[in-house]
Amino acid sequence: MTPTRKRRAIFVGILVLGISAAAAVGIVSMNQNMMFFISPSDVQAQEFSPDRQFRLGGLVVDGSVKHSQDDLQVEFAVTDGAAEVPIVFEGILPDLFREGQGIIAHGFLRNGRFEANEVLAKHDENYMPPEVKRALEKQNHYYGEEG
Amino acid sequence: MIGEFGQFTLILALILALLLSVLPMVGAWRGHDRLMASASSLALGVFVFTAAAFATLAWGFLQNDFTIQYVAAHSNLLLPWYYRLSGVWGGHEGSLLLWVLMLGAWMTAVVALSGSLGKQFRARVLAVMGMVAVGFLSFTLLTSNPFERLLPGPPDGNDLNPLLQDPGMIFHPPLLYMGYVGFAVAFAFAIAGLIGGKVERQWVRWAKPWTLAAWGFLTGGIALGSWWAYYELGWGGWWFWDPVENASFMPWLVGAALIHSQAVTEKRGAFPAWTVLLSIAAFSLSLLGTFLVRSGVLTSVHAFATDPERGLFILGFLVVVVGGSLLLYALRAPRIMTGEGFATLSRESALLMNNVFLAVAAAMVLIGTLYPLIVDFLGWGQVSVGPPYFSAMFILLMTPIVLLMPLGPMSRWQNDEFKRTMQPLLWALIGSVLGALVICALLGVWNLRAVTGWIGGLWVMLGAVAFFMRQRRQSRHGLTRGQLGMTLAHFGVGVFVIGVAMVESSTFERDLRFEPGQIVDAAGYQFRLEQVVTVKGPNWSAEEAQITVMKNGEELLLMKPQKRRYYRSGQVMSQIALQPGFTHDLYVAMGEPLGNSGAWAMRIHVKPFIRWIWGGAVLMLIGGFTAATDRRFWQAQSAEDAAIDAGRVTASSPTRALPA
Repeated sequence: MTPTRKRRAIFVGILVLGISAAAAVGIVSMNQNMMFFISPSDVQAQEFSPDRQFRLGGLVVDGSVKHSQDDLQVEFAVTDGAAEVPIVFEGILPDLFREGQGIIAHGFLRNGRFEANEVLAKHDENYMPPEVKRALEKQNHYYGEEG
Repeated sequence: MIGEFGQFTLILALILALLLSVLPMVGAWRGHDRLMASASSLALGVFVFTAAAFATLAWGFLQNDFTIQYVAAHSNLLLPWYYRLSGVWGGHEGSLLLWVLMLGAWMTAVVALSGSLGKQFRARVLAVMGMVAVGFLSFTLLTSNPFERLLPGPPDGNDLNPLLQDPGMIFHPPLLYMGYVGFAVAFAFAIAGLIGGKVERQWVRWAKPWTLAAWGFLTGGIALGSWWAYYELGWGGWWFWDPVENASFMPWLVGAALIHSQAVTEKRGAFPAWTVLLSIAAFSLSLLGTFLVRSGVLTSVHAFATDPERGLFILGFLVVVVGGSLLLYALRAPRIMTGEGFATLSRESALLMNNVFLAVAAAMVLIGTLYPLIVDFLGWGQVSVGPPYFSAMFILLMTPIVLLMPLGPMSRWQNDEFKRTMQPLLWALIGSVLGALVICALLGVWNLRAVTGWIGGLWVMLGAVAFFMRQRRQSRHGLTRGQLGMTLAHFGVGVFVIGVAMVESSTFERDLRFEPGQIVDAAGYQFRLEQVVTVKGPNWSAEEAQITVMKNGEELLLMKPQKRRYYRSGQVMSQIALQPGFTHDLYVAMGEPLGNSGAWAMRIHVKPFIRWIWGGAVLMLIGGFTAATDRRFWQAQSAEDAAIDAGRVTASSPTRALPA
């Protein structure tokens, strides 16, 4: 190998190593940060690890929203028509959070309730998160465009 | 009638675009002058007729013509005229029309400014842009016609989503689209070059200002979107790694890589194939972005159209564009010129590293964005990839870029020594470390991310200053526009890095229950809720909290966040109160009322240096535009370049060792 070639080989080697390292970190970090979407029926049907973060979606059950009087804790339940899951959340709910509205919560499933660290409702009255829509369709609970 | 007129002009535009994509191409192939020359007038025609269609739709909005379905869906009588106007691109159909209009504007600019291009090459460039126009015009007419009638028309229209009723939203989509569509020019240059069979330094040089301008627009569009999300969404964040944000960020990253790889190809002839690939990639990612946003496959704030037919159409178009250009590339690649060699330590190497990291970063964003779609498509379940993935990847990939950034411009082409490159930067290195320590001590922030952020940011900023000073000293004519633009943009990156590091490491954030009379301490300030009153706007009414902000007992200002309810749609929306500042922003948003005591849930943030994020982006934008006006890009091929292209001048000629 000529010196130039050798240097270039080292250079390319370092580059390949660097990219592989980045890819490895990427895959690990992706696995850690991947959240599966589950529906209330899924929660009823199977056990889920309490240490894994999930996205839970459904319609907010009418009359289920209870605000605490002293702090920002709020409790409510979501449904997909077949099953209900209670959710606890501490913080500020999004503007479009309302009973009957489709929402998605991020959090952990512990002792039969969902401890949410984030609640998302989309920014349009007529909008339904696609995952929620599909979960409802599975339970024949979705009629037309209205949430 | 007016709606049918718009439809008619749109069809005319499509016919002209069809002619534009065929006639000049045939002319260039047959050497037929008249056919080649037809490109200019055809391109102008496409622009004029698209503009007429656009104006028609705008007129429909201003006149409240609710017999046009699109107008009825995105506007109403209560809306002020400027939001009615921005309603033109407030929905899917109109934003497509805007897309085509932008393409027409870019084509017109190419017609006007490309006098120095060879006529054959110019004909091919415009023809390729014509093909893109055909794709989008037929998409608009076949699947998303904005002029569809709604008869009889309703007395009043639907509301424009209140979130979009904001000055930022008037300009965000047009800027973003200018960027997206602008990459079509670089793409057309690359394809025209491939069709012609040669990749020449000259056309890379011609393509460069267009790429810079497109990238500048994209930077502006993304920054504006981020700023809008910050004050409008009420979450206090400036970037969410939302798939749609990613969709605009990927072409930005590839565009940044393209600018740097073009510099190497244009000045040294190296990486020609890579430059062509990046040109194709930047535009393909712009199309992918359009597909992701428009097809409704994503869970996103922006995905307002959920129509599988539209998604399928764009996907098909994407396949044709990417597949076609890569096929062409594969056929022609062996004929692409090869560049001169370079040593491990040289400016080529520095720019190569830049390209590697930017391209890998874009790939990481792409994987994170598409992975959930692929998993879903394969039926493995529905997943999403959280922001921590993107943040981790970014810190990892941007660190080397930040470290190397000052070295690039200082190093010589072809061969250099580390000591020589580093010498003029020594004071910048020492200065950035000392400066960071002093500043962090003054601010009283001692976490690792803030300190490293300041070191990195100052290193990039001082590095840009060092380059500026050396260049002014060494060159008789001072800096060229290209160098000035580069210095500004790099300086902007430093400013941006500091902003991000400070916001992500040292933001004060608290969600709390806030009662009238209560005082809350926040990062050296005291917030006192005075009262909550009802106020009325043109098309909404609101609960407004009045909060006095104090520092050391002294009253500074009154902040008034609102919770608005829009009459027409009944939609509720928080309007935050914001006190912007050079070193920090005060930010208050209302949640919901709690109980009967007059208490509200509220969100109080003190965000350090958040303005620097957008300030940095503005500097990058100005830098991009400044560099685009460099005279070098607009001249006909010089004798010296021709000689280098012909391989007669060896690379050791000393005049070219310094940055030209």
